Order: sequence, then C-alpha cells, then structure tokens
Amino acid sequence: MTNEVTTPFYNYIVDGFPGFLDATPGNFLPLREEAFTRFKTLGLPTTKAEDWRYTNVQLFLKDPFTFSPVAGTVTETQLAPASIVGLDAYRVVLVNGHFQENLSTLPAIKGVTIEPLAAAATRPLVQEHLGQHIHLQDQPFAALNTALFTGGLFIEVAANVIVDKPIYLLNVYTTTHKNAFIQPRNLWIIHTNAALEIVESVLDLSDNGIVLVNGVTETIVKENAEFSHYNLQMAAKDGRYIHYTATEQEQYSRYHHFNFTLPAASFTRNNLSVALHGNYTESNMLGLYVANDAQHVDNHTFVDHLRPNCNSNELYKGVLLDSAKAVFTGRIHVNQIAQKTNAFQQNSNLLLSDKADINSQPQLEIYADDVKCSHGFTVGQFNQEALFYLRSRGIGEEAARNMLVGAFAYDITDQVKIPAVQDYIISHIEESIVIN
Amino acid sequence: MLSIRNLHAEVEGKQILKGINLEINRGEIHAIMGPNGSGKSSLASVLAGRENYTVTQGEIIFEGQDLLEMAPEVRAREGIFLAFQYPVEIPGVSNITFLKTAVNEMRAYKGLPPMEARDFLKYTKEKQQLVSFDANLMNRSLNEGFSGGEKKRNEILQLAMLEPKLSILDETDSGLDIDALRIVSNGVNKLRNSDNAFVMITHYQRLLEYIVPDFVHVLYNGQIVKTGTKELALELEEKGYDWLKEAYHLKESV
Ligand SMILES: Nc1ncnc2c1ncn2[C@@H]1O[C@H](COP(=O)(O)OP(=O)(O)O)[C@@H](O)[C@H]1O
Ligand SMILES: [Mg+2]
Repeated sequence: MTNEVTTPFYNYIVDGFPGFLDATPGNFLPLREEAFTRFKTLGLPTTKAEDWRYTNVQLFLKDPFTFSPVAGTVTETQLAPASIVGLDAYRVVLVNGHFQENLSTLPAIKGVTIEPLAAAATRPLVQEHLGQHIHLQDQPFAALNTALFTGGLFIEVAANVIVDKPIYLLNVYTTTHKNAFIQPRNLWIIHTNAALEIVESVLDLSDNGIVLVNGVTETIVKENAEFSHYNLQMAAKDGRYIHYTATEQEQYSRYHHFNFTLPAASFTRNNLSVALHGNYTESNMLGLYVANDAQHVDNHTFVDHLRPNCNSNELYKGVLLDSAKAVFTGRIHVNQIAQKTNAFQQNSNLLLSDKADINSQPQLEIYADDVKCSHGFTVGQFNQEALFYLRSRGIGEEAARNMLVGAFAYDITDQVKIPAVQDYIISHIEESIVIN
Repeated sequence: MLSIRNLHAEVEGKQILKGINLEINRGEIHAIMGPNGSGKSSLASVLAGRENYTVTQGEIIFEGQDLLEMAPEVRAREGIFLAFQYPVEIPGVSNITFLKTAVNEMRAYKGLPPMEARDFLKYTKEKQQLVSFDANLMNRSLNEGFSGGEKKRNEILQLAMLEPKLSILDETDSGLDIDALRIVSNGVNKLRNSDNAFVMITHYQRLLEYIVPDFVHVLYNGQIVKTGTKELALELEEKGYDWLKEAYHLKESV
C-alpha cells in the first residue's frame, strides 16, 4: 500500500521528521528510522483500508497539531478530578507522557522497576523487546509512534514478585493555546510467577487546545505470571486518542484486560492485540463503551492463538446515545497447531437513540480442527417490559433507565476485582447516560 | 377510592375494554373472574399505566385525581400496586437494590429521607417473614431464574414493602401449590386494613376461600357482565362461564 492522500497532518510530520527526531531521546535510532520508513510507506489510513472502513480517522486529524515532546507543569491539586475514592494504590503520574517523580508514589518493595522508558534505553531487555511485539508492517499509527515517541514508562516486575497494591497510572495531558500531538510509549515486562495490577486513567487539562494522543504499550507476560490491566478512558471532550496495546503471553500466564471508554473524548481508537506464545494461557478481554453526543469509539481487537490449549474470552458491550458511533472488530486467529483452543467472543450493544450507530464485525480465521470458537453480536433497545416493571414500583423513568444500563454493563463491571475502581466506574456510567 | 367509569381501551388497534364501570372503596376486597382473554390483565395494565394501551373513552378517578394523567411511577407513588401475572426477569439488577430504590423513591415522593441502611435491613427482614420469602433470593438478580412460586412471592414481598392503597393481584394464585397459596393469602390478610383495598384477579374459587372478597365481578368480552358476592364465585366454579356468556350474547343481540 502506498500513501494515497497527503494531508496537512501527514506533510507536517514528514517535513518535520528530522527536527522532531532531534527532540526525542536517543538510543533507538535504527528502530525509529525503520519505523518512519514504514509509516511513510503505509501513509495515514483512509476508509479504503480494511481496518479503518468504519472510522474515518482523517476527520480527527484535520486540525493543525503541533508535535509536543515536552511535559507541562502540573500540580497536585490539578489531579483531584482523577482521584479514585478509596483506591489503595501506588501512583505514577505522567504528564504528556513524561514521568513526574514529585507527583508519584512508587512501590517500595523489591523487584519492581518503574522508570521513564528513555532512562531504560540501554537495558538489554528494552533493546530486546521494544518494537518487537507490534505489527509495524500494517499499523501506520504504531509505526509513527515507534518513529517519534517521547515519554512513557518502562515497568519490570521481577520473577516471583507479587506487587502488593495496584499501580494507578495517571496519564495527564495538557496544552495551552495550541493543539498538541503527543506520543507516549510503554514497555512492561512481568516476569515468571509475578503478578501486577495496573489501573490506567486519563486526565485532560488542556486549555484552549486539543490533544491528539497516539500511544503504544507493549507488554510481555511471562510464564505463569498474571497481569490485570484496567484502562479507564474518560477524558475531556474534544480529545483524540489512538492507542495500540500489544501483549504477548507465555505459557500458563493469565491476562485480564479491561477497557472502559466513557464520555467525553470525541475520538477513541483502541487496538488490542494479544499473542499467545505459550500453552495453557488464559486471556480475558472485557470492554465497555458508553458514548454520547457525537463521540466515535472504535475497538479493534486481535487474539492470536499460536499454541495449543489456550483460552481466550472476549466480551465487549456498548451503550450508545445521541449521535454516538461505535465500531467493534474482533479478530481471532487460530494457528494450525493451536489445538484445544477455546476462543469466545461476544459484542452486545444497547442503541438508545435513532441517530446512534454500531458497526460490528467478527473475523475468525481458524486453521486448527479441534477447537471451540464462538462469536456473537447483538444490538437492541431498552426492554420495555423491564422499564414498565421498574416504573410500576415507583422508580422514575430516568432512574429506571439507569438501572437497566447498569444491569446491561453488569457482566463487565462485576468482574472488576478492585472495589474502589468498580464503584468509580459504575458512578461514571450513571453520569454518562443522561438521556435527552 | 377508585372509580372506573365507562372505560374503553384498545391495544394495537384492537378494542379490548368496552365500557367498564367499577367502584372500589377503602377496606374492600374485589375479585375479578372471567374466561381467558376477556380483558382482566388489560384492565390491570390500564390501571398501572402500561403505555401500549390507549384509553379511548371513559375515566378513572383515584383518590379524587385523574389517574390516566399520571405516569406509571406516579401512580405507584400515589398508591397503586400491580402484582404482575408474569413478573419480569431483570438480570444484573439485584433484588435488594431494586427494593431499596423503590422504597426510597416512594419516600422521596412523600418528602422523607432515604431509609438508613440498618432500618432498611430490618424492614426487609420483617416483610420477608410475612411472605416466607427465601433470604437467599435477596442478593440474586431480580426474578432471574426464580421459580414461578418465588416470582409470585416476590410480588407480594414488594407489595408488603411499598404499602400501597390499592393492590391489584393478577393471577397471583396460579402456579402456586397449596402451601404457597396459604402463605401468600396469609400475607395479604395481614396487610389488609380499613384504609386499603385489593383487587384479586383469579380463575379459581380456591384463592377466595383464603381471601374472602366483598364483591365478585365477572369480566367477559371487555365488560363486567355480572357482579355478586362470594357466592357468585362458587356458582361459577360449579357451572362455568357458559351460562353467563349465553346471557350476555342474548342481551347483545336485543
Ligand atoms: N399487546 C397486545 N396486542 C394485541 N392484543 C393483545 C395484547 N395484549 C392483550 N391482547 C388481547 O387482549 C385480549 C385480552 O387479553 P388479557 O387482558 O390478557 O385477558 P385475560 O387477562 O382476561 O386473560 C386478548 O384477546 C388478548 O389477545
Ligand atoms: Mg391475564
């Protein structure tokens, strides 16, 4: 594929590349240059690209954006809106991708390394893994991130270390009087028999400017390790977020990825790619998107069953109001040798407005014969009988609708294992569904 | 308490209720009987405010107010309660959360603060005992996977907790074994007083042995074709409805 359209944004990046490169931390030069060549070959996708058929990303790249490799200053009081009541966790704050030591409380226990990716650049492990878990050949945004990332975190949990409390990773974005293009990059490695929980969230503090965030997170979950990742996307209006999460699992590992996309960012595209490189792994991918106004939420998931005896279980649910649009793509690939695979996928939607829209497509590619795979898609409105039943008990119409949305989301929220996070999400869902 | 006058209603363009007249006073128990499809559940639905029914003629006055002007939740808060013939299952809403929300919405309407957690627990326990409701069902999803009898008992539990002025029980007795029927009836008998009223929709005289009605009405083809006392229920049990249908059709053709 060659770049068919050259937009102002594309030209800005290509023309500015040499200068931008000078502003990024060193040590990754060959990787960056190779990725940039790939980006130029791929170009920015249009709706002609299969993976972008229902998402015209060009619409969200029209405004002029400025490459923003630096952090702004943020104070503790500004973080208040993102605090999760009752959450007992370590806290790591990134501002425009840059680690803020003064705002962070790191684990004191041995065996946990948390540092800016740039600072970890010379570690052999980083050299070995960075950029090796994403499909650069067909992912223009991941290629662009690889070429020009700044900021982001290297996290390593040593073998047999169970991190005692979750890590609350707060991504703060800020810009003043201009639109900022920000590209954080994470590399997380959870070693054999280790366990880690990360709760990730976003806080957009920009003033008179829009943020466009194009992030990548590569994670390796080693043998018999367990990693839970709660990604809470509830950023301010106008923000645009593209994120590629690539996770590799080794044998007997367990991975639980939760993705909550709630109002009000205008654009969200999540790529979640899970590669099962070992036998007997377990992967749970749970997603909930509640979108209102004119939000566009696109979840693109890919589970690659490369080895036998692995279980993957995927459930994405959506509630769409106003003129919100959602896209769900669920690709499952089962390699010929991946016998005894169990792969389940379900995408269910509540469409609460005539103008809301969902495009959902499963993509199953199964090359092994002894497997159990299933997929399903539903879209519906409120159950009128249920609504009447609740109202007939004196429950007001709005409260009744809230209860039904909460009930719809329950399959997902019920599986959140951190009570404070669960309460936080449930109350945010309630706030999101004011029906006009 | 309730006056239904010349009530006509249709659903999906089909005329179902064809001129119902009924007066209910506080302290009274009315039974409504009649063959399947005669419009009993439809009458209950119109009273509770089910939105797919359209009232084409007539009026319903409840405690001096025009009931038809009120949204379903307002009717409930004003004191109307319908025990559903087919209670709805709502996965993901726990029974206890549902009850708490309902009780507190009722309280808010009366200008009362939400019930304290401990008081609510005590109140629930008390009412649970009244209908021998299995405590294990409280934390389960509302009606999901409940047996027929459990669902019906849950309706009566809700009735007990919301303390309505007018309760309409739509075939609450069907699907109950004799023990469950006795429990439900005892519950209702304990809840009745000189200020509230009950409408029992039933097929069987059996229920009326436990809850003795002041009036028995026969609904047929969208109209009340006969009203009597509890002896009428016995007569229906013996003779069926055919004699009434015949009389009705004779009258129609005049
Ligand atoms: N939603 C509906 N759409 C069309 N017809 C209906 C609907 N609900 C009830 N009916 C019809 O109304 C009539 C009365 O039904 P119903 O009130 O349930 O009777 P009963 O409770 O006395 O058995 C029946 O002929 C039934 O088919
Ligand atoms: Mg009926």
